[in-house]
Amino acid sequence: MTEPPVVIDDVVKRYGKVVAVDHVSAEVRDGELFGFIGPDGAGKTTLFRILTTLLLADAGSARVLGRDVIKDLWVLRREIGYMPGRFSLYPDLSVRENLDFFASVFGTTIAREYDQIAPIYSQLEPFNDRRAAALSGGMKQKLALCCALVHRPRILFLDEPTTGVDAVSRREFWELLARMRTSGLTIVVSTPYMDEANRCDRIALMQNGRVLATDAPAAVAASFDKTLLAVRSSDRYRALLALRDYPHAYGVYPFGEALHLADDRAGIDAARAATDAAGFLHEKGFGDASVEPTSPTIEDVFISRMGSVSPQASAA
Amino acid sequence: MTSPAASSAIRTNGLTRTFGAFTAVDHVTFDVRPGEVFGFLGANGAGKTTAIRMLTGLLTPSSGEAWVAGHDVYRESEQIKRDIGYMSQRFSLYDDLTVGENIRLYGGIYDLSRAQIRDRTERILSRLGLSHTAHDAVGALPLGWKQKLALSVALLHEPRIVFLDEPTSGVDPITRRQFWELIYEAAHAGTTVLVTTHYMDEAEYCDRISIMVSGRIEALGSPAELKRDAGASSIDEVFVRLVRPELAGGGGPAK
Repeated sequence: MTEPPVVIDDVVKRYGKVVAVDHVSAEVRDGELFGFIGPDGAGKTTLFRILTTLLLADAGSARVLGRDVIKDLWVLRREIGYMPGRFSLYPDLSVRENLDFFASVFGTTIAREYDQIAPIYSQLEPFNDRRAAALSGGMKQKLALCCALVHRPRILFLDEPTTGVDAVSRREFWELLARMRTSGLTIVVSTPYMDEANRCDRIALMQNGRVLATDAPAAVAASFDKTLLAVRSSDRYRALLALRDYPHAYGVYPFGEALHLADDRAGIDAARAATDAAGFLHEKGFGDASVEPTSPTIEDVFISRMGSVSPQASAA
Repeated sequence: MTSPAASSAIRTNGLTRTFGAFTAVDHVTFDVRPGEVFGFLGANGAGKTTAIRMLTGLLTPSSGEAWVAGHDVYRESEQIKRDIGYMSQRFSLYDDLTVGENIRLYGGIYDLSRAQIRDRTERILSRLGLSHTAHDAVGALPLGWKQKLALSVALLHEPRIVFLDEPTSGVDPITRRQFWELIYEAAHAGTTVLVTTHYMDEAEYCDRISIMVSGRIEALGSPAELKRDAGASSIDEVFVRLVRPELAGGGGPAK
């Protein structure tokens, strides 16, 4: 197959006045772990439903595994695996019954597909008779993944598999995806957690139905075009408010343990920018403030591309 | 007798809750100081929700002691409910009511006068830049605005403590930060904030955090202290080492 496994061409989907997907184009390459990264309302789920033949786009076209998602839907449905964002299993059926059901829908059996699902299913087998509703969040996730894999799909769509899941289970899940990827399976995943972007081969940042950037995570991070500084002060909140008045502040916002300050001067030396900002803070009475250059992350790029880089609680 | 909690917003001592043979919260002891932003972290199923339900007067402990805003959780749960605010990602406002109606409803529940409700409605709407949406149904607002409004409503009766249960789940990076500015504002005005989150970077925004594992608090301190003690570079790393040491890999001995 020469065509990439996912080709999205200028897709638009509206719900009444709301444009959920707004002229989105993207490609996912063969064997890639590709992430659509964005908050709720970015259009990720709508896009996934279009790609999995469950929803018709208003305009544009999409091809998956070389097939049109509308004309070839019946063939395509056998070839794709889809794990919806909301828990999609039958809560009153046991682990085993859920898996049996999904296998039989695709005309196969657990026994025949065992080697495909074993890496994940082996962790669930001790709970074979437990009702799906009684599983922990992480276990439900793994069962849903097994059900999406049981018919040996050539491509997997996972819609927000880690939303609402604790940091440890999220990490485990991504490690599972990384292992599955080594078998050559193409995996398309969506997430609202910016820190998960680095787990993907390539990502598309989404906001309000649009793609803000598409590239390898490191390249997206490197596309940040301002000088970024990390500011530390024992009185972080007041330092944040003070920096809003800093003449060279393109944007300033809390970031982990520090504040991130983007300097708006083109081509300024980072060390010089840090010295200037530290001088400003010391003058304002923040004696213990320290400022140093820092590397932009995906989240910095996202904030910058969203257009409003200086978050104020009052909306524009 | 002076209240044992005179100097604490929240104080617990050996707080425990069992469900049958299962111990959801296992002898938990901690203090939250007035005006503090306290991050209450833990894996899914670690016991956070059960602990919060006890602290908000919704669930009676099996044993141990706890005072919230100076009130005993066994005998004074009604006073606790008056002195605290609560919001969660799952439920906080009525989608079918307008912005103004939601504020009036909560104002009424907390016995605010009409004048108070009017003043505070105006204050909230202008602070959030939502004045033009006062007559819109809450369900029609973007998620980020809804969450900021929900926090403001949880603070409407000027509670001494506000409990925020995953308030920023699914919210975009800018709105999350706007939300945290509202948290800082409330804390600077003297409100104590107890917040849960799955965003580990938000844990860094807290004055102190606790990390629950299997019903117990396994770590408690400022983010800097916890990182230093664990020799870790981020709270994410501290969290993973505590909750699932075998996953942490490479980074030195798990504690």
